[in-house]
Formats: sequence, C-alpha cells, structure tokens
Amino acid sequence: MSDSSYWFQPPPRPSLIPMRPQTPISPPVEVSIDGEKVSVPAGSTILDACKKIGRDTPTICYHDTLEPVNVCRVCVVEVEGSRILVPSCSRKVEPEMVIQTASDRVRHSRKMVLEFLQSSVDLSTAPQILDQARRYQTNPARYGDPSPPAIQNERDHHHAGHHEIPSGEMAQTVAQPPKVDNNLYVRDYAKCLLCYKCVEACGTDAQNTFAIAVAGRGFDGRISTEYNKPLPDSACVYCGNCIAVCPTGALSFKSEFDMRQAGTWDESLQTQTDTICSYCGVGCTLTLHVQENKIVKVTSPFEQEITEGNLCIKGRFGYSHVQNIEE
Amino acid sequence: MDIKFTGPEPTSAERLAVDAVLGPPESAWAGGKRNMDLEGRISLLGGSKARSFRDRLLPAFHAVKERFGWIPPGAFHYICKRLTVPPAEAYGVATFYHLFSMEHRKPTEVHVCEDIACRIKGSGELFNALVNAHACSTEIGIRKSPCLGLCERAPAALILKSGEQPTGGAIGCATPGNVQDALTTNSFPDQQQNWLTHSVPQLGQPQLRLLARVGHTLPQSISGYQATGGFEGLTNAIAIGPLAIINEVIASGLMGRGGAAFPTGKKWEAVAHASGPTKYVVCNADESEPGTFKDRVLLEGDPLAVIEGMAIAGIASGATKGYIYIRGEYPLSVNRVQNAIDASLASGWLGSNIQGSGHTFHIEIRKGAGAYICGEETALFNSIEGKRGEPRNKPPYPVHVGLFGKPTLINNVETLANIPWILRLGGAEYAGIGTGNSKGQKLFCVSGHVANPGVFETPFGITLKQLIALAGGTPSGAPIKAILLGGAAGTFVGPDQMDVPLTFEGTRAIGASLGSGVVMVFDETTDLGDILVRIAAFFRDESCGQCVPCRVGAIRQEELMQRLRVGQPKGSAGQEVSLLGEIAQVMRDASICGLGHTASGAIQSALRIFGTRTMQKPVPEVKP
Repeated sequence: MSDSSYWFQPPPRPSLIPMRPQTPISPPVEVSIDGEKVSVPAGSTILDACKKIGRDTPTICYHDTLEPVNVCRVCVVEVEGSRILVPSCSRKVEPEMVIQTASDRVRHSRKMVLEFLQSSVDLSTAPQILDQARRYQTNPARYGDPSPPAIQNERDHHHAGHHEIPSGEMAQTVAQPPKVDNNLYVRDYAKCLLCYKCVEACGTDAQNTFAIAVAGRGFDGRISTEYNKPLPDSACVYCGNCIAVCPTGALSFKSEFDMRQAGTWDESLQTQTDTICSYCGVGCTLTLHVQENKIVKVTSPFEQEITEGNLCIKGRFGYSHVQNIEE
Repeated sequence: MDIKFTGPEPTSAERLAVDAVLGPPESAWAGGKRNMDLEGRISLLGGSKARSFRDRLLPAFHAVKERFGWIPPGAFHYICKRLTVPPAEAYGVATFYHLFSMEHRKPTEVHVCEDIACRIKGSGELFNALVNAHACSTEIGIRKSPCLGLCERAPAALILKSGEQPTGGAIGCATPGNVQDALTTNSFPDQQQNWLTHSVPQLGQPQLRLLARVGHTLPQSISGYQATGGFEGLTNAIAIGPLAIINEVIASGLMGRGGAAFPTGKKWEAVAHASGPTKYVVCNADESEPGTFKDRVLLEGDPLAVIEGMAIAGIASGATKGYIYIRGEYPLSVNRVQNAIDASLASGWLGSNIQGSGHTFHIEIRKGAGAYICGEETALFNSIEGKRGEPRNKPPYPVHVGLFGKPTLINNVETLANIPWILRLGGAEYAGIGTGNSKGQKLFCVSGHVANPGVFETPFGITLKQLIALAGGTPSGAPIKAILLGGAAGTFVGPDQMDVPLTFEGTRAIGASLGSGVVMVFDETTDLGDILVRIAAFFRDESCGQCVPCRVGAIRQEELMQRLRVGQPKGSAGQEVSLLGEIAQVMRDASICGLGHTASGAIQSALRIFGTRTMQKPVPEVKP
C-alpha cells in the first residue's frame, strides 16, 4: 500500500460543482447563403449557418451528438469555387464563402440520394426520410421492382470484389430477415442505410464498446459483429445507444418490434413521461414511452447536458419490474 | 480500452505465423504469458501505447493469409489481442479487402484477370478451362480478379500459394498449359528474367529516360545504378538543400503522373511549409486502374529510381520516414523494391546519415490486399493505418493532415521516378522537354488491339495516332473502333480523334483526360457492350460503399447497363440513357472521392459516341 506508484490516488475533492469548461468565443465569419449574408462563429459548419437563417437542410447521417461522417450526402450544398458539391454537415465555414442550397445541382443530388435510398432500403419506419423524399419528388419505381429478399445471413457472406451479375430487371436491395438473437433489441438490417451512427455510438463517440463495425465493401457493406456472431456472443453491453441514434428503425426495442409485427404499435396512443433513472447516482433523464399503461420503450433526451441521450442497459431496458408482468 | 475477445485460442501454427511478423508478445496484455516479476498486477502495455500498433493489422493479416490461405478465427483473435484492436473493427477491415477471406479457402488460388485488356484476349475462356481442369481439386481454387496490371501480356493470371513457404507470381500470356506448369514447378517466368523485354518494346532506344535502365541494369544493383547516373540527383539534392530542391521541382513544371495532374512542386512546397516535426513521404504504388501497368514496370525494372525520388522528397519536405504502398497483386514488385531498399541501406543511400550528409530517411513497404479504392490517397492512408480503405473527406488535404494525421507528401511511382532526373538535369532544362503545360516525358500504357503492346516513353506532345503507330497499329490492320484513354475511370474516344496530342491540355480540350496514361485500342471486331458492362461491374465491385451516391449509384448503373445489354430497357432506350445521365450526375457531384466522380465517365462517353446500339451483342453475320 505504501508504494504510491502502484495505487490510484483519487484527486482532491473539488470545492465547486464540476462544470464544462467554457468554450472560447470565436471571431465571427461571414458567409453568403443563397444571397443572404449570415455571420456565424469561426469553426461552425455550413449546416450551422444554414440552421441559423432557417434554411432547411435535410440530414440523415448527421447527429448533434456524434462526429460528422458525411456519408449520406443528402445535406450537400454548392460552394462557389468547388468543382463538386460539399457536405454541409462537416465542412467548416470560411470567410467570403458563397453557398447555394437550392440550385438545380443541389436539388438533383438530394433527390437522387433519397431516391437511391428508397429504392434499396426499407424506409417504412423512417417517416422523416420519406417526408424529405416526397418534398424532393423522388420516383424510386423507375429502377424497377425491388428484388426478393436475401435469406438469413446470406448478405453476411458476400465477399468483397465479387458479385453475381444482375439481370437488371429488378432493383437490388438490402432486404433480408431481421436478426432476432436476444430479448432486448432487434437488428432489422433490411432497414439499414449505412449511416455509420450506430458504429460511432458503439465506439469512441459514446460507449467505447466496439461490438459492431462496418464490414464488407460497396453495396455488400453491412453492420456486423466479428464473424457475424450473434449479439449475446459479441462484445455488446446492451446499452442501446445505437438504437437511440438509428434514423430508420433498423435497430429497435424488441418490445417495439414485436408490437409492430402484431400490428399493435400505435404512436398516437403513446405518452412520453420524463423521469430520473434511479439505478445509480448519475441521474440520467429517462423518457418513458407508454402505450396502454405499459412501458414500450425508453429513450433519453439528447439535449440532456451530462449524458447526451446515452443510457446503460439498466436505464434503457431495466423496466420490466415496474410493470410486474409475469413472463 | 476494454476489449472483449470472444474467439477461440490460436493453434500453435497460427500463433507462429502471427509472431513471425509481429515478434513474440511483450506481455500478458498482448496475449503472452504473464510475467509476475515484471508485470505484477499492472499491465506493462496498455493505454495509448497498446493502441499504437494498429498499423500492423494488414501486415499481420497478410502473414496469416500467406500461411493458411484464409484468416482462421483463432489467428484473427490472436492478432486483435496482440494489437489491441476490437475484433468487430478488425473484421470490418479484413472483409474490406478482397484478397483476405474469413471463410476457408483452398491453399492455392489462381486469380484470372477479367478486366478489359484480358477480356478481349480470351480471359473468359482461360477462366473456364482452369475451372474445369481443377473442378475437383481440394488444393487449387480459381477466382476471377480485377485488372492484374499485365495488360501488355493479356490474358493474365496471378498464382498465390499459401503454406509454410508461400510463393506466388504473375503469368502473362496465360494459357491453361503455362498456368499448370507454374503450379507444378513453382516457377514463375517473370521472376527468372530481370529484363522485362515483353513490357518495353522500345528497349535500348537512346531517348528513354525513365525506362533507360529497365532491362539493362539489375534492379537491385547499386553499382549498375550508379554507373548510369543513379544517385547523382540525390547527391545534388543533398548539396543544394530543401529550398533549392523544391525550386528545381517547381521550375521543372512536373505534374503528378497518377491521374490528377497536380503540380508536384506546389505539393512539395506545401508539405515543406506545413507545421509540425513529423512528416511522411508516401509513394502510391497501388496501381489498380484497369489498363495501367507502367508503375509495375518501373518497380520491377528500376526500383532504385523510385527510392532515390522518395529520399529526395524526404530531404525536401523534412520527412524522415517514407512508406511505399504496393498493391497486393504485385508480389514481384514487393520483392524487388525490398531488395533495392536493403541494397540502398547497405550502401548508405538510405537510413540514418545518408552519405554522411546528416539526413535520415527510411522506407517501409506496405502491401495492399486487393482494393482499387486504396489508390485514392486518403484511402491509402487509412489502409496503411490499419483501417478500412475508405477515402476521407477533403479538406483537410494530405499536405496538412495526411498519414497518421501528419503532413504527408504523396506521389505516384512515375512522378517520383522523374525526380532524380530533374535533380540531375536541373528544373529549367527539364521544363524544355514537352509542351506548354505538360513537361517532361510520359509513360504510356498501350494495350488492347495493337501489334506491340507495352509501356512507351515519349516526350509530351506525341499524338494518339503516332503513339498507336509506335505500337505497331492494330495487328490485323483492322480499322480502329475506339480508344480508351485513362483506363476505366477515363474516357472513350473515337477514331476521329486520332490527332489529339497526348498532353494534359490536349486531352482536356476534347473532354477526355490523360489519367494515368492508359491508351487501350479496340479494333472494329470488339464487342464494346461487353466492355462497358464490365466497367460498370468493376465500379460496383470496387466502390467502398461509404457514400450513398457511389454505393447505390454504381449498382443502379450496372443494372441499367445490363438492361441495355440484353435489349430490355425500361421504357425506351432514350429514357434509360437520360436516367443513366442523372445517375452519373449525382455520382460526379456528390460522391466523396474520385472513384465516384469518374465511375460513369467511360460509359457516358462511349454511349455518346456509339449510341445505345453498341451495347447489344453483335449478331454473327449469316452468309447466304
């Protein structure tokens, strides 16, 4: 015990409640968006500037609490002097930048991205994306009827660099049966559009568990555990932070999945009640989604300053004792 | 980092294979025995140090693949433990590269090229013959492969044998017979002969500069290299110092030879001025563009010139470490470059204190594992760092944030091979060669329907017609139907464009690009539809899948081309062409990297020139 290099010394007790360090105020940068001048702090993204003047910009892979990966390309804008369109979610503003958010090129790219997603991914539980698609007047039917779904685990065996030559008659999709391998949540990868959010939430952006990653290449890309192991055999800790950020419902509570299958899921009957998790002293806010006096899922507000919407297995899934349902 | 390992323990053979490349495990953390005297209850290795080995991931996978032919779970988990990489992430990395398999594979694999140049020389028949011959074999598997970079000797095959003594090599002008010979005798013609006579039709001609030593000097012979002016550039560079080197390169007007044609001097200057003590030089030898093989010829024939170029780049930019990323399909290049590095180290032209100058420069080879996208500079960095070869968003540009997040000077093999020549000759004199904006001499990869395919070196300014004449024209004298400039990511031009000068500005003027210098000739017997369908399939296979426009765009483009091929368009052919145009536009406008931007160029240009009728299979003429 005497050797201090061996043992962890706790820091002295703080005399003040710990607070986030204040962010230094950056000098403002002025840019022009669709002819309108807007001034934002240096280091802001084009998306921040667009939001400031209420210029609506669709986003899919962007999330306030995650590092932008700019892969969905639905938020692209035209920047004068740039040969190609730039992703507004990650590109920082520069002085004198001249930005177009509604040019033909921008509208075309956004429309095509949404159309591509509609034609290849099941977006039935992603009303916001479908809404965007309607606004950009997509027409996914022109690629043909969707091809029949793959059998269970078939897509997980696709080898990079090799594919069966399609007939072209039908549009290939990522359709496949859902992976139901535990009692807490379901991975329905027919609805996965590879936004990388769950991987980020599982990794360094939130949980640091690294149970899932993007595997495969190209259209055969998929979210996978090592060797496509079922979740109970993987490193997953069931924090459910991946479910919280999934934009399409590919990841969902088993309770929600079962109710949707049974046709009893009805959000109009649901209430949301905020409470504080009582399992430990962190004090995460829980939002209980209740339908017919039964908790059907648990989320946490992303605006919550301490945890930014993240929970652990107990907060997110440990509610069955409340309902005292006999299993 | 708390990592959960869920896999089986490695067998002793698996452990040996991994330890052979990573060394014995240092501590219990890395999968070794716990040494209570040293470690006690704490870990000697952990935290950021343990995570700093990530860049050894691909070399470790290569070692296991070469031993077993695939990556067994025991070896996989042992690698993850050794390198402190989460298994799910490592799995994502391994499944990104098509030379790695996570499922059991036969120990010997023959990869048969199915890309453009080999296709028109009967690689399909070769593949079928080999599949039939080895249908029952438990030892030999036959697979189709994207371009193997042997277009001048099409059709090409690549044999990769795993085992305790892994071997492998490429076979040009492959037939079922010579592939069988190589399989039984374990000897590969390319490895026996140093002279590359098949690849350089101009061999021995006095005007050659970049190819002057190819076929004349042993690739790893320092004395032979020095007898022909080798290391004079480096000696001059040491004498004049970084600023003057950069001024010479700027004065030379050298433009990058990898395809993007960025002014090399400007890039060097930016890296030299970038802040921070650690910088890197990277040589991009991931030559995978279908139709390109010039870098292979340089690496096999004159690797010391590339090494000298890298060392000069190191001195100019202030980098002391260089990486050369060679594609996994070039085992002979890897071998020859390694020998050349060893010889340079032994003779003091590399290493610490180069020739007593006080400058230090080391070069490490990294092998690709089958991914066209890794030729994109930022994808290449990710690959060296042991990640999936996904391109990064730019800006920031590599000159500021590159390999391992440090300022990085990355150049193509041919660009670097020009450097010693520039430093020997002086930038101003070099700039006297060539045309307005295209300075120096260029390597052209001429293949397809020509009598003497190979790498040709000429000063900039030669026209397409002159170059094809230099290669002997079409072998049968048949009229030319089309020429593909710049490879699969390039543009088709018709025979009416034969007078275009092959310069950066000349090709740009006709809406084409020089790219990496591919000139692939098709005579009138060619089934262009088959080639276009293959190009669409190529991009579907090689898109990394990161961004939506390219991932889905490539697959929709392929489906559409198939519909045109079988003559069953949705609606009219005109509607299909306009849809194809819309797909092309979003890929060009909104994709992250150059792959998406160029994936539709060749197809669009071909349909513009030849119309959709060219897509359909030619009907054999019926003689009355």
